Amino acid sequence: MSAYLLQQLLNGLMLGSLYALVAIGFSLIYSILRLINFAHGDLLMVGAFAALAAAALGGPWWAVVAIVVASGALAGIAVERVAIRPLRGMPQVTGFIATLAVSVAIENLALILFTGQPRTFPVPELLRGQLELGPVRATRVDLVIILSTWLLLLVLLVVVRWSRFGRAMRALADNLLAARLVGVDVDRTILFAFALGSAFAAYAGLLWGARFGQVDPLMGFAPGLKAFVACVLGGVGSLAGAVLGGYLLGLAEVLFVGLLPPAYSGLRDAFVFAALILLLLFLPNGLLGRPEEERA
Amino acid sequence: MLRLAELWVRRGAGAVLHGVSLEVPRGELTALVGANGAGKTSLLLTISGILRPHRGELWWNPEGEEPVRLDRLSPKRIVELGVIHCPEGRQLFASMTVYDNLLLGAHQRRDRRAVERDVARMFTLFPILGERRRQRAGSLSGGEQTMLAIARALMARPRLLLLDEPSLGLAPQMADRIFETLLELRAQGVTLLLVEQNARAALEIADRGYVLEGGRVVRSGPAQQLRSDPMVQRAYLGIGA
Repeated sequence: MSAYLLQQLLNGLMLGSLYALVAIGFSLIYSILRLINFAHGDLLMVGAFAALAAAALGGPWWAVVAIVVASGALAGIAVERVAIRPLRGMPQVTGFIATLAVSVAIENLALILFTGQPRTFPVPELLRGQLELGPVRATRVDLVIILSTWLLLLVLLVVVRWSRFGRAMRALADNLLAARLVGVDVDRTILFAFALGSAFAAYAGLLWGARFGQVDPLMGFAPGLKAFVACVLGGVGSLAGAVLGGYLLGLAEVLFVGLLPPAYSGLRDAFVFAALILLLLFLPNGLLGRPEEERA
Repeated sequence: MLRLAELWVRRGAGAVLHGVSLEVPRGELTALVGANGAGKTSLLLTISGILRPHRGELWWNPEGEEPVRLDRLSPKRIVELGVIHCPEGRQLFASMTVYDNLLLGAHQRRDRRAVERDVARMFTLFPILGERRRQRAGSLSGGEQTMLAIARALMARPRLLLLDEPSLGLAPQMADRIFETLLELRAQGVTLLLVEQNARAALEIADRGYVLEGGRVVRSGPAQQLRSDPMVQRAYLGIGA
């Protein structure tokens, strides 16, 4: 394999990690509520601005991470309490419109507070510099993104598989009536899922800022949409599918740009979406999804 | 004992229970029979807090404790009181393993070791479930799924067990095994409320029974007496079984 291709694969893994972090939350919330949360991408922006604020205060790096994760979780809890819980039991499309409204509200609040001017993200000393890995050059940020994502996915796997809360979440996703009849606390489990998914998105926002060096109030839109696509690709509601979809999408985007003549690079989203449509023609439930009933 | 006093329940546009009063004495097996749509399932769903009555009261009086009014509690609180509902159509967690289904049955319990012991007990009671512990519940046969649904309910250590059509769709031999299990539970002191379309079998093992028609109790009494009631014989024992 050429060094060039290896380099592209590394970039794809980096981008895929970011998509996977956001897509996981999407899938978590969908699997429990059958709700497509269009405000989810905006939590990434919340995380990026929380990181900006925390960095301005000048704390150590772990405090910045803690603040970002906590802000994400709190924002997710707020979204659930204000916009989702009051609408429970309503037709699915009502919840869907509500999350669009929440997205517009969050973005405009951020525009009022921070203006639309992109801000430079102060990349900490810790994340600067590059490493030579054989023929491939990796920035420290890339490695941190990839490795910390894998670590978080491992933690999530343990939580979902073996914890009491994880079992409650899977039960709720599988059979709502049965979950209530065995005494699962439905409200609390949903709230926790929102907090967890949103914290992941916020952490992705921190990484996004550190990698691309800029933050602005509308920065969550594109990654949110891509994460949604990753979920559809992998099978909506499947956590493994969300991760798989995120990485496939990240790799596909990078490889389209890297392997095709430069003249086509502007069309990368067109190529990616064309591939998605083709895949869905043959696998309408995505790669790992199962057909499911609707639930409000 | 469980006591329903003049319970009215709406579902959608109309009422499904029209002032139902009934009692389930402690330590007994009470059968609730009636045709499709008589309101049997709605009645159980009301006891477990999934449906809310708009009039009437629902009291649960466990042994040696103060009576509790159930109709204002969340399903979770009701489960914590030992009132456990084994629902119609089994309602297993189909994508999860047999073992996970059993653990979820004990979800409100915090005594992990005792829970593991109870899992082992279920595998003694229903050996086939032990063999299939790592299989997805949805992949089990109908009879095995019913066993799992009952085992899951038992994992909660019920004091009052509500069973909705546990014999539905089972081969007669399997249905008999399920009914035997219910009698064993009664012998252990569990209070049982059994909803059945198979009125003959239900009234044979029950201590007392209620007949529900159009959301109203039309007959009640000791099971033996109901079995010889001409109206019950004509409407429920001549057919079915």
